[in-house]
Amino acid sequence: MFTPHTQKDVEVMLKSIGIEKIEDLFTEIPEKFRYPKLNLAPRLTEIEAAMELESIASANGSTKDLLSFLGAGAYDHYIPAIIDNILQRGEWYTSYTPYQPEISQGTLQAIFEFQSLICQLTGMDVCNASHYDGATAAAEAMILADSHFRGKRNKFLVSRAVNPQYRAVMRTYFQTHDDVHILGDEPETGIETDLQKLIDQIDNDTALVLVQYPDFFGRIVDYKPLIDAAHAHGTLVAVATNPTALGILTPPGELGADIVIGEGQPLGIPLSFGGPYLGYFAVTNDLLRKIAGRLVGETQDVDGNLAYVLTLTAREQHIRRGKATSNICSNQGLMTLAATIYMTVLGKEGFKEVSNLCYQKAHFAAEQVGQVEGFTLAFPETPFFHEFVVKSEKPVADVLEWLRDHDILGGYDLGQDYPELKDHLMIAVTEKISREDIEYLAAVLKEEYHD
Amino acid sequence: MTEPTIFEMSSPGRRAVKMPAVDVPEVPLPKGFERQNLAFPEISELGVVRHFTRLSQLNYSIDTGFYPLGSCTMKYNPKINEATARIPGFGHTHPLQPEDTVQGNLYLMYHLQKMLAEIGGFAGATLQPAAGAQGELVGALMIKKYHQDRGDFQRLRMLIPDSAHGTNPATSAMVGFEIVPLPTDPRGNVDLEALKSLVDDRLAGLMLTNPNTLGLFDENVEEVIKIVHQAGGLVYGDGANMNAILGVAQPGKIGFDVLHYNIHKTFSTPHGGGGPGSGPVVVAERLLDYLPDPVVDIIEEGDEENPPLYGFVTPAKTIGRIKSFHGHFGLLVRAYTYISMLGAEGLRDIAEKAVLNANYLQEKLKGTYTLPYDRSCMHEFVLEGFWEDVPEIHALDIAKRLIDYGMHPPTNYFPLIVKEALMIEPTETESIETLDRFAEVMLKIAEEARTQPELLKNAPHHAPIKRADELKAAKDLVLCCYPMGLEQD
Amino acid sequence: MKYPQDLKYQKTDEWVKIVDGVAIIGITDYAQDALSDVVYVEFEIDPDDEVSFGDSIGTIESVKAAAEVHFPVSGTVLEVNEDIVDAPETLNKSPYEDGWLVKVQVTDESELDDLMDAEAYEAYCKDR
Repeated sequence: MFTPHTQKDVEVMLKSIGIEKIEDLFTEIPEKFRYPKLNLAPRLTEIEAAMELESIASANGSTKDLLSFLGAGAYDHYIPAIIDNILQRGEWYTSYTPYQPEISQGTLQAIFEFQSLICQLTGMDVCNASHYDGATAAAEAMILADSHFRGKRNKFLVSRAVNPQYRAVMRTYFQTHDDVHILGDEPETGIETDLQKLIDQIDNDTALVLVQYPDFFGRIVDYKPLIDAAHAHGTLVAVATNPTALGILTPPGELGADIVIGEGQPLGIPLSFGGPYLGYFAVTNDLLRKIAGRLVGETQDVDGNLAYVLTLTAREQHIRRGKATSNICSNQGLMTLAATIYMTVLGKEGFKEVSNLCYQKAHFAAEQVGQVEGFTLAFPETPFFHEFVVKSEKPVADVLEWLRDHDILGGYDLGQDYPELKDHLMIAVTEKISREDIEYLAAVLKEEYHD
Repeated sequence: MTEPTIFEMSSPGRRAVKMPAVDVPEVPLPKGFERQNLAFPEISELGVVRHFTRLSQLNYSIDTGFYPLGSCTMKYNPKINEATARIPGFGHTHPLQPEDTVQGNLYLMYHLQKMLAEIGGFAGATLQPAAGAQGELVGALMIKKYHQDRGDFQRLRMLIPDSAHGTNPATSAMVGFEIVPLPTDPRGNVDLEALKSLVDDRLAGLMLTNPNTLGLFDENVEEVIKIVHQAGGLVYGDGANMNAILGVAQPGKIGFDVLHYNIHKTFSTPHGGGGPGSGPVVVAERLLDYLPDPVVDIIEEGDEENPPLYGFVTPAKTIGRIKSFHGHFGLLVRAYTYISMLGAEGLRDIAEKAVLNANYLQEKLKGTYTLPYDRSCMHEFVLEGFWEDVPEIHALDIAKRLIDYGMHPPTNYFPLIVKEALMIEPTETESIETLDRFAEVMLKIAEEARTQPELLKNAPHHAPIKRADELKAAKDLVLCCYPMGLEQD
Repeated sequence: MKYPQDLKYQKTDEWVKIVDGVAIIGITDYAQDALSDVVYVEFEIDPDDEVSFGDSIGTIESVKAAAEVHFPVSGTVLEVNEDIVDAPETLNKSPYEDGWLVKVQVTDESELDDLMDAEAYEAYCKDR
């Protein structure tokens, strides 16, 4: 389909190589394994493929058709038109890793700008060219801490209010490390007392404490006491953040975080059923040498002109092989470009506007839903950003189904991950949700209660 | 040629995209948490468009020219893939939607799992890994858990050929395997005698790239796998080079136990300036239960009137979740589109033309450049980028000179077992005219190396920048633009 | 290339010199030349650590390479040259003097018998 060879080309090439037929190039493959019959559907032309994929997609209900209050780690934000327009330039998406800086200055400068924007947003000194997603960035924070203490500290504390998928991935990555203990998120910890219990567990064997800000439930918690307690024991603190929230909230760097990670999807990246997204990873200068992944630095060419290159590459797997701290090879290239354009085109004011809109609308939604009979706010005293938890008198599954009948994706059923939060529903609100949408949600819930 | 950074372009008060006014009653921001300063740039929308357009023009890409970057499979990325991935029904689905609202996505994933398993000759697949390196991690974790479940806790040695990608040893180290390097024999195959001497009941497995990074299909692959299996080890296949054998051979049938694909190489999803990748892993029957959580399966069989109901299920002995949500779904849509357009016949055509192109180029270049392993190659081959008579010329100089001729350099200095390696992978989507032109340029450069070596030493001459000072970059670290001159409020 | 006579060498390119039972350890001129410009030195040990022959001292990074450095003797670490962390180029400029890496109180001086002398090491390097 995409091969340009004419019959004549093939003949010329075979002759030049000195063989009779293409099959002669594969004689090193044991004959009994050569040319198997593959059980695949007959090939399609472009028009057929386009129609087939349209047809498959039509079996989905998307957030274009449904009013969505789903968040829990991926958020439906408005994506300015400029982003995809630029991303579709072949010079961006059909290039590869900038190994040859002379012909990759575009990609290199864009990553440099990404690093700068994330440092600014999080209040940190250094940021890499990205990890796969927020969850793997959390696992990489553990790897960094493990390497920082050269394996001498074995305790890793993680708050139960950290995204359950992040915690699952951290455990997957470290399942073969018998000496590493991931603690602090046991069910009996309780959601309300989480912070103090974490502080109480920090000791001189603790390598890392990981918390989320705003936390998985959208709550804004003051981590300053925890960070101070951790530092008193020489323990590193990693904070997972929602980048949108940092438009209005004090950045974790100012609170004293050593590592700031997060899911970059809210920065202009489509939901796309969960990926590709990007994980950002920023640290203080002290940890610069321990950061995994690609880093772009500024330098000069031989004529003294400003130039950008991949730098400190001797940390990485292609040079250190078995001694590298991480096996990561790629970065989320195109996704970091999307995020860079997003932060730039919204700019200083626009970014704050998005953040504030999310905050305000979520508070209006909490007030409206909280007034509906049968629903109460789970954490009424704690400040929150754009996601909140309500306790439902009826089973959440039933509530969600009722909402579905009204073309509403009502939110996330927390009982799936938290037995102690059975019948708790988590609702996310972004700038795309209008006042009328929120009032409609409240009205449908009200109707349901009386049904 | 210097493009200012977005911070340098900023002017206080300038705006691009604005948000609507707040349409709900406003509440105060949380006390004690108010951000004091956000020094993001302030640029007009046209300013932003021009900045990123001008930056793009400083990049070399497949869409602009020949990109024979060995081991990376820089083939044409069909435009239809971009269109299908952006169909709103795919692009606007939330990963946590109820399964019955995403039956299209689940159908696509289920069938892609099947296709990838079939192409490789395996029993099952996970689409979750975010890149080849993460696929390796999945494979290594499964191998470790498999041995542990059988009580073989002492199986901790992973054999890795000296020609392997750095990710293989890095991954093995991450899961706590002891890395045992395996030498390459004079024909570029795994050294069988060395292999035999290294296997015992401490063997966890072998990570084998086949075709290997020299572009050679291991002539003894059956024997290699047999030796590892007889010693109780498993064989991991690094599928970086699957483009060479699509539809021609199935690694699973040859005996590999697990293999990752790089769908950004083999199945044409874009490389995106360094990512995102996607590294689905396929496994033999005995590892099915260890796949990451979750995989897509049929929950309820269909009948004449209703399609089957697809859903997520947790494999019985799963190694757990390896990333958020369900993998790089947007890339999976592209790969599905691509495979659908090829079928069995088209896949075989890809491998055949990729291998034909590589052998054609190898033949044209091998008289002028030393070919350390003089055999018929697969989809790529490795030359030595230096000559005894002009010792001052290195592979790097040849690579940089290619830029002056409008071509992307091959991978250089890899694999490590070839001196001054130049690793050339033309891919199947390049025409004979392009290959001829490349060969002509390579021969010209060999001649220039003798007649005007400074042309190579100082290359490139016609690129946005000259050679960059990497030492300065590493010594005087500047990893952020300083947001100077911005209003700090 | 310099191969001082009063030092002992091992194949992984470390030198060692014994002064009053204390081993001073560094990397050779050949090693610094092969690495080219060193940009970073990271120690994996601290003073008072008990170390054995072959243990890792740390890693030395140049722009394009990284090399692990190994103890040529067993003993107790007395001192780590923290100055070269701030000025890694010292390793290039003065591998046998200011560029020393660690000082170790040696437990068993006979371990040194297995190391190469200057002639043997020079021959070994020229052969590579």
